[in-house]
Parts: sequence; C-alpha cells; structure tokens
Amino acid sequence: MKKTIDLGARITRNKTVDRLFVVFGLLATFVGLLTLAALMIDLAIDGAGRLDWQFFTSFPSRFASRAGILSAWVGTILVMIVTAFTAVPLGVAAGIYLEEYASKNWITAIIEVNIANLAGVPSIVYGLMALGLFVYQLGLGQSILTAGLTLALLILPIVIVATREAIRAVPGSMREAALALGATKWQTVKDHVVPYSTGGILTGVIIALSRAIGETAPLITIGALTFIAFLPGAPIQAEFPFISFEWLMSPFTVMPIQMFNWVSRPQEEFHLNAAATGLVLIFMTLAMNAIAIYLRYRFRKRIKW
Amino acid sequence: MAVTEQVHPEILRSRIRTATASRSLQRARERVIEILLLLAALSSVAITVGIVGVLVFESLQFFKHVSIVEFLTDTQWTVLFADPHYGIMPLVSGTLVTSVVALLVSLPLGTVIAIYLSEYANTRTREILKPILELLSAVPTVVFGYFALLFLTPLLQRFLPSLPGFNMLSAGIVIGIMIIPYVSSLSEDAIRAVPIHIREGSYAMGATRLQTALRVLFPAAFSGIASAYVLGFSRAVGETMIVAVAAGTQPNLTLNPMEGAATITAYIVQVSLGDLPHGSIAYQSIFAAGLTLMLMTLIFNIGGYLLRKRFREIY
Repeated sequence: MKKTIDLGARITRNKTVDRLFVVFGLLATFVGLLTLAALMIDLAIDGAGRLDWQFFTSFPSRFASRAGILSAWVGTILVMIVTAFTAVPLGVAAGIYLEEYASKNWITAIIEVNIANLAGVPSIVYGLMALGLFVYQLGLGQSILTAGLTLALLILPIVIVATREAIRAVPGSMREAALALGATKWQTVKDHVVPYSTGGILTGVIIALSRAIGETAPLITIGALTFIAFLPGAPIQAEFPFISFEWLMSPFTVMPIQMFNWVSRPQEEFHLNAAATGLVLIFMTLAMNAIAIYLRYRFRKRIKW
Repeated sequence: MAVTEQVHPEILRSRIRTATASRSLQRARERVIEILLLLAALSSVAITVGIVGVLVFESLQFFKHVSIVEFLTDTQWTVLFADPHYGIMPLVSGTLVTSVVALLVSLPLGTVIAIYLSEYANTRTREILKPILELLSAVPTVVFGYFALLFLTPLLQRFLPSLPGFNMLSAGIVIGIMIIPYVSSLSEDAIRAVPIHIREGSYAMGATRLQTALRVLFPAAFSGIASAYVLGFSRAVGETMIVAVAAGTQPNLTLNPMEGAATITAYIVQVSLGDLPHGSIAYQSIFAAGLTLMLMTLIFNIGGYLLRKRFREIY
C-alpha cells in the first residue's frame, strides 16, 4: 500500500509554522524588553518621589526620610577615578602589545587564553582575591584605593578586548605608510594607530566603567562599609602642596552598596530610598551606554579608510 | 647659484657620531617600551595567578581545621553557629537550583531570539532590538535584586500563594532574564557565521526558514552556541546580588525552587557584611566557598570545551 502525502497541505502547514515563529521570536524579545520597562517603571513609581536635592546632599540616616546618598555618590566617583586611571593605561597597553608587538609564541598564547578565561570568572572571586591580596597582604586596607584597584582588575579584560578590536580595525596600509617614512614602531603606534582607534577604545572604556559602577559583590567582599556619615578628605587643599592623596586610603561606600543596604531592611520606607538610588544608578549606566553607542556610531560614520 | 656648505671633516664626524648615538638611544627606547607593553599584557596573567594563589592558600588554612570529607558530605553549613558544621552541599544545591531556573529561562528565550534576529529580522529591526536587549546585561545586578524581591516575588505570590518572600524561583527567573543577552548575542554570532551556501542548499531543497534554522543552522553552529550556553551558566553560578537580595541567606539543602536558600555567593556576601577577624575559620571559609565556585565553573567550562570539540563543524 502506498502512503499518499498531501504535499499542498504540508507546504501550507510548514509555511504557517514558519510565519508563526516570527511571532514567537518577537514575543521572546519582548520578554526581555518588557522586563527592562517594568524594572524602570517599578523603580520610578517607588523611588521618583524621593529624588530631590536633599536626597543627594544628605548622609545615610536611621530615619528613612532624612537619609541620602551623599557619601555613596562621592564614593562611587572616587572609586571610578582610581579604576579608570588603573584599568585604562594597563588595558590599552596590553591591547597594543597583543595586536602590534606580540609574536606567535607560547607567552602570547597563554595571555590570550588567560584573557578569555578571566571573562568567565565571577566578579565576587575578584573580591576574594582583593581581600586576601590588597587588604591584608599589601596592607591597603578597606579603602577607596583597594576598591578602585579591584574594579580595575575586573574590567581589565573588557578594556583589553575593546582596544584590540579598535586597533585591528586600523588598516595595515596606515602602518606601512608611517614605517616607510622612517617612523619607528612606537612612533607609528603612538602617532597613528592609537589616535585612529581612539573612538573604539573610548567606547570600550565607557562600557567597562558602566559595568564597574554597578558592581556590588566584590566591594562588599573587601569590606566596604554600608554606613558612612563623612566624606573622604578633599583631594585639593588650600595649603601647600595643594594636592592630597589621603582620600585614597579612606573608608568608603558606593551607590550599589547603599542600595543593597536599604533593600535588605524590612521597613518599607527604606525600600523607597533603595528604589531612588536604583533609579540614579540605572540612569547613570544607561546614559553611559547611550554615550558609548553614540560614539561608536559617530566614529564609524566619520572614518572612511 | 647654489651654495655648498663647507663642512669641516671633524664636525661631520661628530655629527655622524651624534646620529648613531641617538639611533641607538632610540633603539633602546623602543626596546624599553616593548618590554613595558609586555608587562602590561602579563598583568592579566598575574590576576589569574593572584586569584588562584589567594583562593588555594586560604582554603588550605581552612582545610587544616575541616576535613575534606566533612566539607563534601556534611549536609549542614552552619559556620557562624556555636556548633559549626562545614558541609558545602546546601550552598552548592542553592547555587545549582537558581542556576538551573536561570538556564531554563535564558536558554530557550536566548536561542529563539538568536534565530529570530539572525534569520528573520531585517537589518533595521536587528540594529534597534539588539542594543536595547543588551542593556539588560548593563543594568546593575543589585537593581535586578530589588526587582526580584519587590516586584516579581509579589507577582508570583498571586499565583503561588505558598511562595515565601525569599525564594530561589524569583531570583532564578530574574538571573535568567539578565543573561538572555549573553546567550542570544553569542548564539546569533555563531548562527550568522554559518556559510551562506549551507543555508542556500537547505532552501533549495524546499525547507522553510524555520526548518533551515532548526535542522541545519543550529547543528552547524552548535559549537558556538554551546560556548554561549556555558558563558550563560558561568554568569548564573557567579551571580551574587540578585540571590543575596531575593533568595535569602539561610543555607538550605533542597532542590525545590519554591523555597529560599543561600547560594555560595550569597554566603560570601553575608559573611563579608559582618566584621570577621582576619584569619578566623569563618574568614577562611569564604575562600573555600569561592574555590568551590571556581571549580564548578571550571568543570562546566571543560564540559563546554569537550562539547565544542565533539560538535565542531569545519567548512
């Protein structure tokens, strides 16, 4: 007996299923987008009422309505300064080495495998490393310096990868032209390759810093405090030598830790403070990402090789 | 009329000397710069050495007090209690349950999104949707923790009235949504990297886009998709703030996501929040927990590597 197949029906069915998948795909995408929207609306409903001048200029307090994030946002900015000043030079230099100088040998292979693996290491493990190494072995204490260095190591792989991608996009003819005119390798790199890839590097650095700004776990691990009712010493002094680095060794808190502290309290009023802090945090990270996307777009448009 | 400069031979000789000297100076400078750049690149290796060194060193101190057998077989983790038990299993179970819930959310959604974006969406739609979707992984995790505890859990409690305020289900779902971009972006790259002639071959046989995607592209790109899955798993296992906020801090040996339980990461956070004396056994226990976490991700990475090797397709 021969089985007959209704080819027409089967084709119609397959085509319908195919078209249905579009709906399915859009739905899946919208689960993500809806979550993002719900998250922001939820934060805005809960926290927008707390966002006023007083919230940014007050220290944390036992009374939810008087508490603010002054020490937290100052701490975040200071930690980010240390992070940027460590991770950017180190990461860009490493990226330059791997793209422009490294020969194919086992050292290069180890470095490459290592960078790929570091991307998968949980951030809290960086915190444990910093706790053992920076806080106790090197005696840096639970300070802004330790926090900045920890986050710098955390984002180093991102900066390296972004630098390499940006440098790789510079055509070889640019290098050859510089070298043909008698420039040394370093002159070629410093005067041509790096300036042409600044846009890409900058984009990567901003994205990396936006990651660091929201990191909480490694900073809790090194022992950041949750209740800081003072500011670190000012970096600029009225007397000679005018610049002070005392703030580097100061205890600190940052915005995500302040938010964590408030969200883990049972009282509802503190949850409102947490929501307001979250709103500030999310605005900062989204703004940084938007700047990065814009820069990428700008530089891609402007440079025509 | 050209004026030829008369150079005294002695001056000429000195000029050549200076040029040679500056040339060798320049060469030395180039060398120094190269070494400095190499050192910067090696700093990433130093991080790994530092991580492994610290974890192993402190864990060794821990295992001087606690036997490995107890660590692996005891069913209680009560380091901070008067009668301490050091069994890592409750923390491992908490970590695995939240991660599995997260993967149950992120793998199907991420894969469907990857197929949709690479095979169905036009360039414009993709260029808009992809960056927005990637914002999901840019949101600070503590904010997601807030969302899990104060939005998703109350929402779930409407359908599951018995759900406690701290539970692994809500934390796991939110972790899963957070790692969707990791899974979808890498999977999409892998699917798009499949050569066009393989797609065309399938279309020429009369297959629809969906049939091509599921039966031809998915297997062909599986090694890349597997890397995406493994990265997603690493993220889920290492995720800290969402579970610390929403899943509770009580070690609980259970496989039921409807209960609250501490994960390895939540335990580390809980201990770090208190002021523990350096060198105490509770202090050392967070390093042993961290080492366990690293080994778990390592095992899954090796598994992913073997999977990739097994399914690698070369065109």
